[in-house]
Amino acid sequence: MAVSATPGEPRPFLVIRPPRRWAPFNLRELWQFRDLLSRFARRDLTLRYRQTALGVVWVILQPLLAAGALAFVFGSVAGLSSSGVPYFAFAFAGMLGWNVFSGVLTRMSGSLVGNAQLVSKIFFPRLVLPLSSVGSVLVDFLVSMAMMAVIWPLAGVAPGWSLLTLPLWLAAVLLLSSGIGLLAAALMVPYRDVQYVLPVATQLLLFISPVAYALARVPHSARFLYELNPLTGLLEGFRWALLDIGRLDAFTTMWAFGCSLVFFVAGCFAFAHMERRFADVI
Amino acid sequence: MSSSDLAISVRGLSKSYTIRHQEEHHVTLAEQLLHRARHPFSSQERETFWALSDVDLEVRQGEVLGLIGRNGAGKSTLLKVLSRITPPTKGEVRLYGRVGSLLEVGTGFHPELTGRENVYLNGAILGMRTKEIDRRFDEIVAFAGVEKFLDTPVKRFSSGMYVRLAFAVAAHLDTEILLVDEVLAVGDADFQRKCLGKMEAVASTGRTVLFVSHQLASIRQICETAVELDKGMIRRVGDARDVVDEYLSADGTESITERSFASAGRPGTGDLRVRHAQLDAPTYRPDQEKRVTFRIERQALGAARFYFVVVLRSRDGTAVSFCDSRLTDPGWYDPADALGIELVVTHPWLTVGQYSVDIMLLSYGLLDLVEGALRFDVSDVSPYPNPETDDVHRHAHVLPSFTVKRRRHRHDGVTA
Repeated sequence: MAVSATPGEPRPFLVIRPPRRWAPFNLRELWQFRDLLSRFARRDLTLRYRQTALGVVWVILQPLLAAGALAFVFGSVAGLSSSGVPYFAFAFAGMLGWNVFSGVLTRMSGSLVGNAQLVSKIFFPRLVLPLSSVGSVLVDFLVSMAMMAVIWPLAGVAPGWSLLTLPLWLAAVLLLSSGIGLLAAALMVPYRDVQYVLPVATQLLLFISPVAYALARVPHSARFLYELNPLTGLLEGFRWALLDIGRLDAFTTMWAFGCSLVFFVAGCFAFAHMERRFADVI
Repeated sequence: MSSSDLAISVRGLSKSYTIRHQEEHHVTLAEQLLHRARHPFSSQERETFWALSDVDLEVRQGEVLGLIGRNGAGKSTLLKVLSRITPPTKGEVRLYGRVGSLLEVGTGFHPELTGRENVYLNGAILGMRTKEIDRRFDEIVAFAGVEKFLDTPVKRFSSGMYVRLAFAVAAHLDTEILLVDEVLAVGDADFQRKCLGKMEAVASTGRTVLFVSHQLASIRQICETAVELDKGMIRRVGDARDVVDEYLSADGTESITERSFASAGRPGTGDLRVRHAQLDAPTYRPDQEKRVTFRIERQALGAARFYFVVVLRSRDGTAVSFCDSRLTDPGWYDPADALGIELVVTHPWLTVGQYSVDIMLLSYGLLDLVEGALRFDVSDVSPYPNPETDDVHRHAHVLPSFTVKRRRHRHDGVTA
């Protein structure tokens, strides 16, 4: 919405016109609503454990239980190797990356439909809703990192210099999940079907990503296809940063980072394109 | 008008919607798939509907402008475009100042959050910075009168407190232009007066207000100018009193004694929707009972318990009677898949004129609001034993049912 002032006339504060087909995001406006961004994030955090008996304990319990279950199934029952570290630590490190991905995807995709009332009644940059959902996922991540710090000595593992690359892997997972999340959030407005497809797809993805087992266990014949999944490179990277195990493959890593960036940009464009219809169809 | 004191300038504004004609509403995917399987080739018909067409309007700074018109005239759409909730299809709007809009009280309130948390959240949603809210927090709470309950989740609030707090937050928005859409529909009379007072105060500080209301009396009271919209076009502009008077004296509309409603396109969360309403008995005599029946359909599986309000309005929008189900038994209802309600209003007797019936479904906030769901006429038949004086109809909104007895006159004083 560009402002064009005719000389001699006062400059309007804002001009509203029919939107162009591919309008970019108005980042200045997003910045003006930064308080709302943090309010939404805080609301999500407050609401999550209100009226639960254990409250915040769930933040700690959930990843422990999940990693425990994976360690039992893949380590004890299936007897897979875990590159010399205790299977629990191995699974926990994988879960750390996976939880960021699935957390962002799940919360972001439902953020518009879950706030339909707001979208149809009040103006604010729509991007605020999906972006704010990243907040609570990051808090979970920080809590899990603190738990990782406890697990390191217990498992007899010391992180190496590779730990310094963790923010890079985190950033890539965030880009990838936000890209898909934005697309899913926007698509869910006219097509609620997305909300049924997404959990199934996420669950499938969990099994074809190296969360509970190492990439090294995947048969060579399937490697190429397996590595097309950008999560493969990213989760291996997570585990390399946290536990200093595995070898990074240059191609897989570049591919994963490249895909994350492409998904993010595509998600942003799709969201910006569909944004203007939200209030009319939600 | 010199262009330097303009607040809003609207040129050639149009807004169209595409409506899909769908016989039934399918809530779940399973239902939709079933419907698809049974009717594989039925394509949805689409039709373009112009909610606004070629509207030109200029509003001066400090002006209080009332928007009136029948349901579907485009009033709410105009406010939605001005507040940027939905984009226009054609035309241009220039706004000379920040815009705050108040289209439905309490949107964004979360029942699980406390009063304090909700004030901050809602303020931020309306575009206030945290510092602004900090500064005005005490004022907001005092206006709503909920000081004692600040740390209680608002789900434990009475609906009155809830609405008061929600309006209080919005009323303290500091924007140069304020858009208000019929926020006074709920809340007790006392609070409604307070809200109107607040709006007058806002206007007196030189801010521009656009006000949509069905209560023509309040439009007359607080607006200088008014605009009547009709089928998305401007029909009249001018002095508020004149526009309202002309609107009222225009040809009466037909009465509607039975009607079905779509499940979308109305205010409220839509968890429950009124799908059908009718007036059962004839209603032309003032003293006849008004029997309103309506059918409610559940649209969301998780719909909460609800109550309803039926309002009878005279043509100038004044609420003649306000029937709140909570005043009767059982008061609150469990949402069944389809639920029929019959409401009988026996008193007061109504004077001659046309009346409309609004139906509201509420729980913690508005679920559905059907404005002007039904309309009926009351003729100037006298319900009294002596029919001579038709004058009674012109002096009041309602007719009393009264009797007169002759008493023997006695002097004041000592009676031994």
